[in-house]
Amino acid sequence: MENLIRIPKPVYILSSASVVGQHEKNGPLGEYFDIVGDKDDTFGCDTWEKSESEMQRLALSRALNYACMKDTDLEAILAGDLLNQCAGSSYGLVSFETPFLGLFGACSTAAEALLLSSLLCSSHMTRCAAVSSSHNASAERQFRYPLEYGGQRAPTAQWTVTGSAAFISTSCKDDFAQAAHNGEPVPVITEAVIGKSIDAGITDANNMGAAMAPAAADTLLRYFRESGMQPSDFDIIMTGDLGFEGSSILCDLTATEGLDISAVHCDGGLIIYNRETQDKHAGGSGCGCSAVVLAAQALRGIRTGQIANMLFIGTGALMNPTAIQQGASIPGIAHLIRITADIV
Amino acid sequence: MQMDKNSYKKYADARAKKSPCAKNCVCAFLFGGLICAIAQGLKELYMTFLKEDDAGTLVSVTLIFIAALLTGVGIFDRIAKHAGAGTLVPITGFSNAVASSALDAKGEGFVLGVGAKIFTIAGPVILYGITAGAIYGVIYYIVTLIMK
Repeated sequence: MENLIRIPKPVYILSSASVVGQHEKNGPLGEYFDIVGDKDDTFGCDTWEKSESEMQRLALSRALNYACMKDTDLEAILAGDLLNQCAGSSYGLVSFETPFLGLFGACSTAAEALLLSSLLCSSHMTRCAAVSSSHNASAERQFRYPLEYGGQRAPTAQWTVTGSAAFISTSCKDDFAQAAHNGEPVPVITEAVIGKSIDAGITDANNMGAAMAPAAADTLLRYFRESGMQPSDFDIIMTGDLGFEGSSILCDLTATEGLDISAVHCDGGLIIYNRETQDKHAGGSGCGCSAVVLAAQALRGIRTGQIANMLFIGTGALMNPTAIQQGASIPGIAHLIRITADIV
Repeated sequence: MQMDKNSYKKYADARAKKSPCAKNCVCAFLFGGLICAIAQGLKELYMTFLKEDDAGTLVSVTLIFIAALLTGVGIFDRIAKHAGAGTLVPITGFSNAVASSALDAKGEGFVLGVGAKIFTIAGPVILYGITAGAIYGVIYYIVTLIMK
């Protein structure tokens, strides 16, 4: 069965905005993020869950601002995060007067939201927002140990990114007339592949990269088999948050299937922190990781003309702490969208 | 993509970088030893005005207090990152497990938050520690009966 979705009409990413915490600000991409939190990453809130919600609110407000739009101009918001019942999104976006669809795709949520919003914008709707977030403190306390617990992290463990990004997509070219747009190239979503939930048998919650890599490999192999493209046709192939371990495994897995992506592959989890100085072990992870790197690095690359054609693969480890305690392994998922540069 | 779960798991485990065991052992030994040396110093000090048993109890209380205080001000986890088992195994680790759980749960209130979650990590130690103590007591009782 055909897995490659060709988006029936161009869907433009009109604007994007990123919100991050201090660790991310101190990383290599620090200067490119739109909003940075206070020194404790509380965003002025008294619980970490509220901080995460506030990040989503800030991200979407800023993205709407860049697009010169109001919340009522949007037909739908697609948003998700890592918290139970997607609390970060449902509380964070409650102040917007826009129909809301909550999503869970673990760390692949940004790609899932963009994929679905491009499908909606090219058919029944015109303008949608995609939002996702993660907060290191709220994720640690839900999935691992209390924040101040004195434990040692495994070398393969990844650091949940404190970050949120919002993307406004539209299929109406006229929207660029209002937005702050100076004729630079704009990102367009043209193709997509929906990921499969793939359980590769990894049970170690400290090695998410290994749990996600087979799903990323599967999605990429399906894409290249059906699209007829070659990795060399792309400026970058960016995975969301495979980190050091998962990135190496992905290149190994695809190479054994005859697909060499190593020359153009980069990973959000690898580039968001400085591996030498920031002590983040195998790199960044979380719904916010791929989202803020896409907004601050990849889409900026498209707008400045450095990138003309790219693949974005949001990777997620669909980990449930209860299932892990019951002995289950961790399924991974990876959604792909192709983003090209266009002149409007 | 077809893949055998067992062989993939073996491949992923084999290539995953392991924790530096030798370094961790040395750090744990040094930090753990340092904590015990400080405790011994405190005991000598307390014994100047208390009996030995009471001085020992007061040393435990002091270590619990210091570890909980360092947890509260956000220093304990930074030390523990290097010390590992050196701070975990002495009573300081127990104190940190309780204090960090309590801090984390305070947003959910004092009953369903702190009250219900304070022993999330330390709970198993308490349960099985007391159970092991009770079993030891029964064995000790039977052995002393026989020895008579």
